[in-house]
Amino acid sequence: MPLTGIEIFKLLPKTNCGECGVPTCLAFAMSLAGGKAELSACPYISEEAKTKLAEASAPPIRPVTIGVGDRALKIGGETVSFRHEKRFENPPGFALLISDAMDDSEVNARLKKLKELQFERIGLTLRPDLVAIKDDSGDASKFEALVNKVKQNSDYGIILMSNNPEILAAGLKACAERKPLIYAATKDNLEPVADLAKQSSCPVAVKASGVEQLAQLTTKLTEAGIKDIVLDSGSRTIRQAFEDQIFIRTAALVKKFRPLGFPTIVFPSEMTDDAMKEAMIASIFVAKYGGIIVLSDFHAESLFPLLVERLNIYTDPQRPLMTTEGIYEIGGPDENSPVLITTNFSLTYFIVSGEIETSRVPAYLLVMNTDGLSVMTSWAAGTFVSDNIAAFVKKCGIMDKVKHHKLIIPGYAAAESGGIEDELKDWEVLVGPREGAHIPAYLKTWKP
Amino acid sequence: MAFEIPKTKYTGKIREVTLGKGDKAITVGGETSYPFYLFEGEMPHLPHIAMEVWDCPPGEWPEAALEPFAGVTDDPVAWAKKCINDYGAEMIALQLISTDPNGLDRGADEATEVVKKVADAIDVPLIVWGTANQEKDIEVLRKVAEACQGKNLIIGPVEEGDYKKIGASAIGYQHTVAASTPIDINLAKQLNILLGNLGVTDELIIMDPTVSGIGYGIEYAYSVMERMRMAGLTQEDEKLQFPIICNIAKEVWKTKELHLADDELNMGNAKKRGILMEAMSAMALLLAGGDVVIMRHPEAIKLVREMIAELTA
Repeated sequence: MPLTGIEIFKLLPKTNCGECGVPTCLAFAMSLAGGKAELSACPYISEEAKTKLAEASAPPIRPVTIGVGDRALKIGGETVSFRHEKRFENPPGFALLISDAMDDSEVNARLKKLKELQFERIGLTLRPDLVAIKDDSGDASKFEALVNKVKQNSDYGIILMSNNPEILAAGLKACAERKPLIYAATKDNLEPVADLAKQSSCPVAVKASGVEQLAQLTTKLTEAGIKDIVLDSGSRTIRQAFEDQIFIRTAALVKKFRPLGFPTIVFPSEMTDDAMKEAMIASIFVAKYGGIIVLSDFHAESLFPLLVERLNIYTDPQRPLMTTEGIYEIGGPDENSPVLITTNFSLTYFIVSGEIETSRVPAYLLVMNTDGLSVMTSWAAGTFVSDNIAAFVKKCGIMDKVKHHKLIIPGYAAAESGGIEDELKDWEVLVGPREGAHIPAYLKTWKP
Repeated sequence: MAFEIPKTKYTGKIREVTLGKGDKAITVGGETSYPFYLFEGEMPHLPHIAMEVWDCPPGEWPEAALEPFAGVTDDPVAWAKKCINDYGAEMIALQLISTDPNGLDRGADEATEVVKKVADAIDVPLIVWGTANQEKDIEVLRKVAEACQGKNLIIGPVEEGDYKKIGASAIGYQHTVAASTPIDINLAKQLNILLGNLGVTDELIIMDPTVSGIGYGIEYAYSVMERMRMAGLTQEDEKLQFPIICNIAKEVWKTKELHLADDELNMGNAKKRGILMEAMSAMALLLAGGDVVIMRHPEAIKLVREMIAELTA
């Protein structure tokens, strides 16, 4: 439970020195409670108070970072079980399995996939995040060689997978500076693996048989001073793995049960031999609380929907997805093609651009920045109105691309047509349909 | 510290609604926990999948979606039978695409004749879906309701603007209504209340929250459905304790990504991509609270069935 302002106030020096930037300790306490100030701004806070406040303000599910630099993946840090209650914070990482029992050509093919499999969508690059390097050979030098090869050929985050602490040590020797996830500490190797995690300051996954044992093992790791932990309950049936994800999330959030207050790792790769089924299992864990999702292979046709599902589920419900403002050319338009305008709410853009494509009439679609609001909402809010629309049409460059002077506006913004015509001299404004579905029929009547 | 499995406290239950008539009738709903949270409550009736049939040959379907129905897409009766006999459909959803005033604009009589033929040819529950053009839906769906008296069709979409007329026909001729609202929990509740006031009994209502697929706003439907379940199960909101139907196939298969060829834009195999986009969209909606999902591709349906079986194994 986060502390209230008054509870925090009791822990402060109550001197009202003002050095933190606000005049009184009470005001500072209130800012802390609201997340608007940092405790370190108070120069006189006692060590005891610091510990207490840090404990109380620690997130119920610890954020854990794997990897370094641009490709570092942060997982955990979740505060709700249902996205509408606030939002899901850190999208799960997708990991590609590479085994040291694979031959060179297979390893190379997989490294190539890592480079190539990424997708552009509404101005975002969607791509997977991690490589899980698995020891199947039992040979430390072989494992180390593979880790080196992956490291040199990819900047993705790394998971080192072995039950053998010596082999994990060999892997760490090759890539500790890349902050890999060590997988896994189990009841049989807990101490040596914990030592590796401590020495290398790398995050470590715990693999147990069931959530109860999981909690026991993480408690031991925490006592050994290890903080960055990832949870594998060990379940490999879909139902049990699904239930474990829910237990873990609820225990951490509702019961504030610290031993399970960490992100999870799940293995669709170990739940089926069928690629399509594996993708389905992965999709369940995107929605239901997976932290890292390990796949036996990447296929473009399944990775794309998984990445988009992840994007959707982790979209902040309070902040709509937006499309970049600009001119979108659909179906190879020329100087006689129609010009339509709409807003930059990504769903509006998808629907309108999709319907224009369906019409098979090449067209220019002008997407205007309305802070992600739909046509009706932004019109009502006074953003998608004649002055702004006219200014955007002038500056966006469409006037150099077409010979005609006609602009098609959405039916819901019909009231703006006169205003736009006043601003855009010698342009004619045509009122298009209200619903996207009627665009194809409308465009078929187009004459420049 | 001993581990204690945390459980949600549920105070409500989703109503049971029986679709169709006779031996093949299907009961949905009855849940006493969030979807597949079987350690907390029950799902006495597993979610069901209805297979989609169009009342006219589809013009814009990707090849992958057409292939399983080769030879029957110009005959709704043969199409429905193929779904049942070859693909094990437990329910058919007949989409009255041809009645769209912005499309073929077929009249109510012609549409009704098709519905009647299909209804007479099959014994599984039949969902009949209009075009959401309220004027036209009133005309068409009322006639359909009359012609299929007593068959307990599931008629949708029934919206705020047409619920009185279509709802009255449903009461008169004993059908179930799919109460349809635009991704909004309050509007959904309101329409359920209005239908109740009109005289539609609770056992004859299923909710359509308006859904879309992955990449096209599924997160909105997902969260609205989760909120509906939360309200019905934990906040004793009786007017949201109805089963949910998701008309998803149409939404998924019309998207841009499903019309790309093999490996176009680096997106891999077109058929598998389509199947997975449909199956994953349906799966997400089931995780959010769907009771009936209207789907298209037999292989996507197979995948979703397998997941339902695994999650309840």
